Amino acid sequence: MTNLDSARRRAESDAKSRGYFLNPDESFLKDLLEGLVENERRYGYPSCPCRIATGEFRLDRDIICPCDYRDADVEEYGACYCALYVRRDVFEGKAPLRPVPERRPAKRQAAAVSYASGAIASESGGSKDKADVDKAEKGNALGGGEPGMKLWYCKQCGYVAFRDEPPYVCPICKAKKEMFGEVKLGLVG
Amino acid sequence: MQVVKVPGKDKRHKVFLYALSTCAWCKKTKKFLEDRGIEFEYIDVDRCSKEDVAAIKSELERRGAPMSFPLIIIDDKVEILGFKEDELKEALGV
Repeated sequence: MTNLDSARRRAESDAKSRGYFLNPDESFLKDLLEGLVENERRYGYPSCPCRIATGEFRLDRDIICPCDYRDADVEEYGACYCALYVRRDVFEGKAPLRPVPERRPAKRQAAAVSYASGAIASESGGSKDKADVDKAEKGNALGGGEPGMKLWYCKQCGYVAFRDEPPYVCPICKAKKEMFGEVKLGLVG
Repeated sequence: MQVVKVPGKDKRHKVFLYALSTCAWCKKTKKFLEDRGIEFEYIDVDRCSKEDVAAIKSELERRGAPMSFPLIIIDDKVEILGFKEDELKEALGV
């Protein structure tokens, strides 16, 4: 059972390893951590407190905190979607904190909402909804890959990540994003 | 459907809020309205039954609004997605 303190410690250590900061507004931060704890109690994993989850791991995987969209949002907007993680300038109050637009692809969101509404529980109706879910699931399969996903390696320490953009900061050696190069795979022979 | 009515002195506008009970931005929106004495109704979608989520889904589809939160609907026509303080102030005249 995760409590508020352990949720905070988990987020703090993750922020530190990635070069981010937690939201400096203490009461806002507490609300977010409470939301994460509540979602973990409900679903068994800490899905984003600001997004609708289904309780189906395959449909919620991308919004389990830290979500798949965090790095890109922190870089572009200074905060992730729920604003748990923020960039240094936002933490220091040098840049404003504004609502972050939803980056999660519409098809994934539609699949989650369809599921949450029970539309795919019945085999008869909701064929479009079922298709949404199937499509969203397909993107999850390893190797099937979501479009734009690439392998990146840290030129400083060799850390490798599979994602659309290189990490903001290398979680191992703290090298900056610019130190990442793309791994090109090809068949030799 | 578990719509909660929050009474307030300012009844100039009909304000409806789609929210999640776990969402900090939604809490901020509720507090913003409460602090200014604005009467509003809200629903925490994450606490709804499947049937209610289905009804909300079709209502939002009809409006062409995404299922993101908070979504504030003012007088049945102005839609504000996310806690945008300036837009809320302007739309509510506060």
